[in-house]
Amino acid sequence: MDPFVTHTGTGMPLRRSNIDTDQIIPARYVPYFSWHGHTNALFADWRDDPSFVLNLPQYQGATVLVSGNDFGTGSSRESAVWALQRAGFAAVIAPRFGDIFSGNALMRGLVTATVPEDVVVRLWEQLEQDPSTPVTVDVQGQEVRCAGITQPFALDPGARRHLLSGQDAVAETLKHADEIEAYERLRRPLLPMTHFTRAE
Amino acid sequence: MGQTLAQKIWDTHVVRSVDEHTDLLYVDMQLLHEVNTPQAFSDLRAAGRTVRRPELNLGTEDHNTPTVALDKTIQDPAGRRQTTLMRSNCEQFGIPLHRLGDSSQGIVHVIGPELGLSRPGMTVVCCDSHTTTMGAFGALAFGIGTAQVEHVLATQTLLGRRPGDMLVTVTGRLNPGVTAKDLVLALIAQIGTGGGQGHIIEYQGEALRHLSMESRMTLCNMSVEAGSKAGLIAPDDVTFDYLAACPGMLRGAEWDHEVAYWRTLRSDDDAVFDRHVTIDASSVAPQVSWGTNPAQCVPLDGSVPGPADFPDEADRLAAERALAYMGLTPGTAMRDISIDTAFIGSCTNGRIEDLRSAADVLRGRQVHPGVHLLIVPGSARVRAQAEAEGLDEVFHRAGADFRPAAGCSMCAALNEDRLRPGQRAASTSNRNFEGRQGKGSRTHLVSPAVAAATAVAGHLAQPADL
Ligand code: SF4
Repeated sequence: MDPFVTHTGTGMPLRRSNIDTDQIIPARYVPYFSWHGHTNALFADWRDDPSFVLNLPQYQGATVLVSGNDFGTGSSRESAVWALQRAGFAAVIAPRFGDIFSGNALMRGLVTATVPEDVVVRLWEQLEQDPSTPVTVDVQGQEVRCAGITQPFALDPGARRHLLSGQDAVAETLKHADEIEAYERLRRPLLPMTHFTRAE
Repeated sequence: MGQTLAQKIWDTHVVRSVDEHTDLLYVDMQLLHEVNTPQAFSDLRAAGRTVRRPELNLGTEDHNTPTVALDKTIQDPAGRRQTTLMRSNCEQFGIPLHRLGDSSQGIVHVIGPELGLSRPGMTVVCCDSHTTTMGAFGALAFGIGTAQVEHVLATQTLLGRRPGDMLVTVTGRLNPGVTAKDLVLALIAQIGTGGGQGHIIEYQGEALRHLSMESRMTLCNMSVEAGSKAGLIAPDDVTFDYLAACPGMLRGAEWDHEVAYWRTLRSDDDAVFDRHVTIDASSVAPQVSWGTNPAQCVPLDGSVPGPADFPDEADRLAAERALAYMGLTPGTAMRDISIDTAFIGSCTNGRIEDLRSAADVLRGRQVHPGVHLLIVPGSARVRAQAEAEGLDEVFHRAGADFRPAAGCSMCAALNEDRLRPGQRAASTSNRNFEGRQGKGSRTHLVSPAVAAATAVAGHLAQPADL
């Protein structure tokens, strides 16, 4: 993963709330998604509607999605993150995110910036008035900036460190293999193991 | 100050503290299914890594698999490819896998408990949000993403920050005909789809002690629909009886030793929760969803709400959209809504207790001529048990379509079992999202008894209406 320090791009106002991952990428595309670059699977079922924001010419090339409440709830499918990234998004701004989605996104370098609802509304208004307004999502400074708006956002320190360094979490953890081994020596001995369950 | 059960389990699994917020947590068991894992294995391979503890991982095939026959190959090429990869990945890294046709195959959250793999005090993860099901055993169980699956495969640990603690006290007792499904839908309607966000919900209260393990699993399963990280119920004799009957379970002194430990697993009386909600079980009636998220639900006796019923602007807009999508008019009595499909199954309601409850409704009755009643067992063991009890006969005689193979089926519509655009289902699954059961599908979430009664009546109904 590349380090993510700060990003500036244009924004896309998504005036909807409760956007579960089944909407971000419908289940039937998920089996394909691991291997093929189906960028057009993002919000696939909503794209039939020509007035859907993703279809509007003025928002082509946008890299920051500004959504209503509860973005990325539901299924744990990480393909929801891949679908957004392959469609060119670097960050999503919303008042609240689904936990697993947000965890997945930050692991893969898609920033989820949580800001209050009224800030989202002001961002929508700005982006609808002038779609070319630059939006900055600054991980270093933990701030969203757009036109006259400057809004701090909280980031889990671990996630922020991961974004800024771009380091591979598995490689980091493997450096502490001795501590994992030490833990394993002290684990309760009667815990289940799966190779005993293979009765077939 | 006392500790919550979640805190206790978390603390005993900390391998190291990474910083003041982040812990490296040991994972006692990882369950895997074919859909969200191939990328994790290919990343693992690409980095030249291996699986640290294959014997603490278990795979199953459930999402893409057909339910019409045990020997049928998957038609969809992408689904077939995922299953093929699942097989070769498990083979290569020595992870046991329950393939379609195995006597222990089934939906991941059904087989984990059935095989006695989710025990009190454990940490259990799976690449699937409904892993919360296993919190019913007093295990800390939650869903993770694909990058984290690779992390667990390679290190048997996870990086994370301890979620907050939320207490849901369930007072009173459920009335006859009201199930854990109704209880959890009523709870989500009360606290909203974000009501448990960032928290582990622990359920306490008199009502719970009278719930079977199957019902507790239904409750914990849908805890994720309230946005929570996990659901949790302290273990008791009901838990131990269930576990004692699992195949290959500990016996004798070893069993006694574990039970003695499990009995210590409860929140201290003076434990502090960040949030507290109370719900009165005796006031819960059978629930049915009218909209496109699980919080949009009302009692079956109620009617379809209108946007004006919601004081909050965002809720109003969401209701407008949901009504348009669902093709419903405000004020319509829920019982006046006709359906063409009823689905009984999924990790929420695909266990033996659920099939028994459906069979009790269907015995001596006929499915309405305009309705397709699809019943898919949650696992091969559930199916075998249903057959041993003669439930399959009841289903066949009633004209239901009882499937021979277990899997997720119409819950996520990743196999051939899906609704066509505009079709309307009463479904015992957990998500009524737009398109969840097929593009353009309309889902009403209900309990198995309501699904069965609805299939007989042709419109939303409960057994007492028949
Ligand atoms: S039954 Fe449905 S919710 Fe459960 S694991 Fe399968 S697809 Fe997911």
